[in-house]
Amino acid sequence: MDTKHIRNSINSWLYPSLTFGTLLLIWWLASARGYLSEQFFPTPAAFVTGFREEVASGSIFRDTLASLSRVGAGYAISVAVGVPLGMILGTVLGARLALLPLLNFLRSLSPLAWIPFAIFWIGIGHGAVIFLIVIAALPTIALSTMAAVAGIPKVYFRVAQDYDLKGLQRLTRVIFPAILPQLVTTLRVAMGLCWLVMVAGEMLAGNTGLGYLIHDANNGLRLDLIVVGMVVIGLLGMLCDRLLMFLTRLPGIRWGYDR
Amino acid sequence: MSTGSIRIKGLSHSYGATAVLKDIHLDVSPGEFVAIVGPSGSGKSTLLSLLSGYLKPTSGVLERTGTTRTVHQADGLYPWLTVEGNLALGLPKLDAASKRRAVSDMVGRIGLAGFEKSFPHALSGGMRQRVEIGRALCGGTDVLMLDEPFSALDYLTRLKMRGELCRLLEDQPRTVILVTHDIEEATQLADRVLVLSERPASIVYELKIDVPRPRDVTASGVVDATKAVLKAMGYEP
Ligand SMILES: Nc1ncnc2c1ncn2[C@@H]1O[C@H](COP(=O)(O)OP(=O)(O)OP(=O)(O)O)[C@@H](O)[C@H]1O
Ligand SMILES: [Mg+2]
Repeated sequence: MDTKHIRNSINSWLYPSLTFGTLLLIWWLASARGYLSEQFFPTPAAFVTGFREEVASGSIFRDTLASLSRVGAGYAISVAVGVPLGMILGTVLGARLALLPLLNFLRSLSPLAWIPFAIFWIGIGHGAVIFLIVIAALPTIALSTMAAVAGIPKVYFRVAQDYDLKGLQRLTRVIFPAILPQLVTTLRVAMGLCWLVMVAGEMLAGNTGLGYLIHDANNGLRLDLIVVGMVVIGLLGMLCDRLLMFLTRLPGIRWGYDR
Repeated sequence: MSTGSIRIKGLSHSYGATAVLKDIHLDVSPGEFVAIVGPSGSGKSTLLSLLSGYLKPTSGVLERTGTTRTVHQADGLYPWLTVEGNLALGLPKLDAASKRRAVSDMVGRIGLAGFEKSFPHALSGGMRQRVEIGRALCGGTDVLMLDEPFSALDYLTRLKMRGELCRLLEDQPRTVILVTHDIEEATQLADRVLVLSERPASIVYELKIDVPRPRDVTASGVVDATKAVLKAMGYEP
């Protein structure tokens, strides 16, 4: 079992490294042989130079921090409001009837449609981007939390009644733990959504951040910096997803995956 | 120790246009063990839902004293709680120390020592049913209702579980309502066996079994009772 474990953990690094290594190699070869013109895509060397420049000036750190803090704030608000809201929607019929159409409407509407209002109301910058993230993530989180509550087996509620779990206890000791595994999936999807919206939001309604870095580089025709921005965004997005995936190992959540 | 009694008079229940139970009369005295058998879809689970108060009858009188707990056919344990956590659900009013003592006592009695920290998905079907029964008995309920508790288990495990149920009930006498497809299970365990008709179901046959427990499946009293119930259900060899 131990050697299998070690082999698995080696493979989980080896295989992705092979994929990325191959892509790098293709990029490098295509640039070196002149198949990929510098006018259309930067060379690896240009990318490295651009990256160094950004690090030396420190602006990559400022942009990363700005983007991370916006995603962090928007995500935190969306989760803090969306999860309880979804639990209420899943348990209170009146709330569901009243709010479900509105939430479905908001979810069907691209958050980017809100950009003009975000700028009118809040002005370009931090607040507008956070607003866009929340308007995208909150309905999604609320709706899929609601769906998770609706999917709880009826027998759990019968047991709750037999064991005198009522009101708040039913919410915290039955409904919440019952949806936790699905909630983790929801949280991962929502995190991905937040990253997408952050980039678009910063490009159109921001004045700092990784999305703005791309926007700005585009205006200055700095293809190398566009790719720097893309790489940092992609890597950070992956990292956030990884961190959330660790949640699935917690004993109160793992049962949902081990069954 | 108080155990619950049940009094049902002229009870009927329908789901919409589907009449399920029709004019049921039943008295269960404290400490009695009643088994209910009947064809699939006749309304046995519905009757238990009515008794536990989960459903309200369409018409008729249902009186009950004491609390009820139901052991479900499968998957009634909370999968996010360990064996200990599930058992402790039965003991909400105790302080932490007495709760721990009561839980470890029950773990021993259901033969799951060493599995206290296991989650239900890591247990076998028989172990899970033992935890469910243990949970229902933990802290004491007046009426224990069992809805085909052993039907997912193989024959030998089922025989063993019957014995264990008897043993647990000897320590903690309860009023018990057992719903089962297994007529032998009914006659081996119960003081009284009721047979339901096809839907809309009423009680068409009733048999008292005065053989002291624990009984063996092969004891003559049990075998005779099994034959009588089978005959009442229309089975002639
Ligand atoms: N929630 C429900 N809504 C509508 N009809 C129902 C519902 N629950 C049960 N029924 C109907 O009531 C009848 C009795 O169901 P019930 O589950 O009580 O039968 P049962 O005797 O327990 O059957 P089994 O032995 O197969 O478990 C069935 O025919 C079923 O169609
Ligand atoms: Mg049933």
